[in-house]
Amino acid sequence: MDSAFVIEKFILVAVIFGISLVIAMYSTYAERKVAAYLQDRLGPDRAGPFGILQPLADGIKMFMKEEIIPTSSNRFLFIAGPGLALLCACIGTAVIPWGSPVLIAGKTIPLQVSDINVGVLYIFGVVSLGVYGVMIGGWASNNKYSLLSAIRAASQNISYEIAMGLSIIALLLMTNTLSLKEIVGQQHGLNWNVWYQPLGFLIFMVCSFAETNRAPFDLPECETELIGGYHTEYSSMKLGFYLFAEYINMFVSSAVMAALYWGGYNYPGMDYVAAHLGPTWAPLIGTAVFFGKIVMFIFFFMWVRWTIPRFRYDQLMNLGWKGLIPLAIANIIITGVVIAIIEKF
Amino acid sequence: MESLSNKKKVLEQKPLSFMERMYLPAIAKGMGITISHLFKKEATVRYPEVEREFSTNFRGMHSLKRDENGKERCTACGLCALSCPAEAITMIAAERKPEEKHLYREEKYAATYEINMLRCIFCGLCEEACPKEAIYLDGPIVPADYLRKDFIYGKDKLVEAPLEMKK
Ligand code: SF4
Ligand code: SF4
Repeated sequence: MDSAFVIEKFILVAVIFGISLVIAMYSTYAERKVAAYLQDRLGPDRAGPFGILQPLADGIKMFMKEEIIPTSSNRFLFIAGPGLALLCACIGTAVIPWGSPVLIAGKTIPLQVSDINVGVLYIFGVVSLGVYGVMIGGWASNNKYSLLSAIRAASQNISYEIAMGLSIIALLLMTNTLSLKEIVGQQHGLNWNVWYQPLGFLIFMVCSFAETNRAPFDLPECETELIGGYHTEYSSMKLGFYLFAEYINMFVSSAVMAALYWGGYNYPGMDYVAAHLGPTWAPLIGTAVFFGKIVMFIFFFMWVRWTIPRFRYDQLMNLGWKGLIPLAIANIIITGVVIAIIEKF
Repeated sequence: MESLSNKKKVLEQKPLSFMERMYLPAIAKGMGITISHLFKKEATVRYPEVEREFSTNFRGMHSLKRDENGKERCTACGLCALSCPAEAITMIAAERKPEEKHLYREEKYAATYEINMLRCIFCGLCEEACPKEAIYLDGPIVPADYLRKDFIYGKDKLVEAPLEMKK
């Protein structure tokens, strides 16, 4: 491991970290704008032109607010909770291939922090860790509502992780690899996995909504029943961390969906572009396309949030255990049979 | 029991059909509705810059009117105070001196006239009760303030500006 490698990775990590924070920041703004336009309103438009400085104003507000730690709470865990939530949200970006290797100053740099060969499993692991932030925060608050919400979050995540894992198995049967880089590489041009795995994608997407605690599965922060949910007792920037973690999670799961099913940085006509623009600019255009897809997914997340009312708890569990899991298993069987038939002939 | 108004609707809770249990058709329909609103005109009025127009029968702040010669019309008869359901109006009457003839139309006038804007419900009954057409609720919205005493509006705030000033 030479120092150039370390510096290269360090820069890449810093850039990706910065981008995910900025995207999460502007997701909070976009969320309000999208909500407003879907409801025939204007949304925030006072801070700066079109209100684009709104996230900044929110950040300042969050930092300035009084910090309250309840006396009956477990102080250490109370502080660890939001930190863990944000950490788990951020490290998910490490294995996502943001673009094909790009040639800068005579050096080919892969636009992926680390191509571990079990990238998909890593993502799953990190996503399931994310619930610990919620669990710990909810438990440490020493508040009934927070605890109930933490329990809900845990059971919801566990239930939907199963369906999510099963839906991805069908995909892995096709791709024969767990490395995200190779999965994306196989979807050259318009050869996207979603054409072969529409049902798998649907299940995966529904589960992503549940895993990120987004509406219609935002039961852990269901205001009507649980006040603020697991972050009821939180104030100031610790609350900000939780809210921020949710948006980063949304960004990461959008990226994962785009990479696994919607071709990542592949787009039709990419060979033509690569032949004409050379190895420096063509991969960057691919990256831009990838971010375009991510933004579309984030918009979709928001669109769904402002359309569908929250599920009831029993409906949520019914949907997960009796709906999605059997469907995912059926999807595996169908995929397996089709693959076997294709290999035979 | 038989319904007299014919407005009663009997609701029954049927188990969901298969299509309904799939959620997706209904979700797609709902998403279509929300996205259509993306292209609709927003109803927001950017308040400090733009003000919404009041309807013609809007009742705002009171004003005590003057007649065509600029004399105050109110004769302190107290009918407005009597008709006020919120008891928001008080006044002290005084007799007009000969040299004040150009100021007040009637021989008796209101030396002080106060409306408590916190009590007032803007019903407009004072306007209706007045025999001299002296009070109208044709002003703007009563502005917010910090102290209760500042909501008691005297003649300085209520009486219309004199004619010369209005021109
Ligand atoms: S508008 Fe109604 S409540 Fe207000 S002062 Fe006149 S009569 Fe009283
Ligand atoms: S405003 Fe009209 S009703 Fe009230 S005291 Fe004056 S004249 Fe009488």
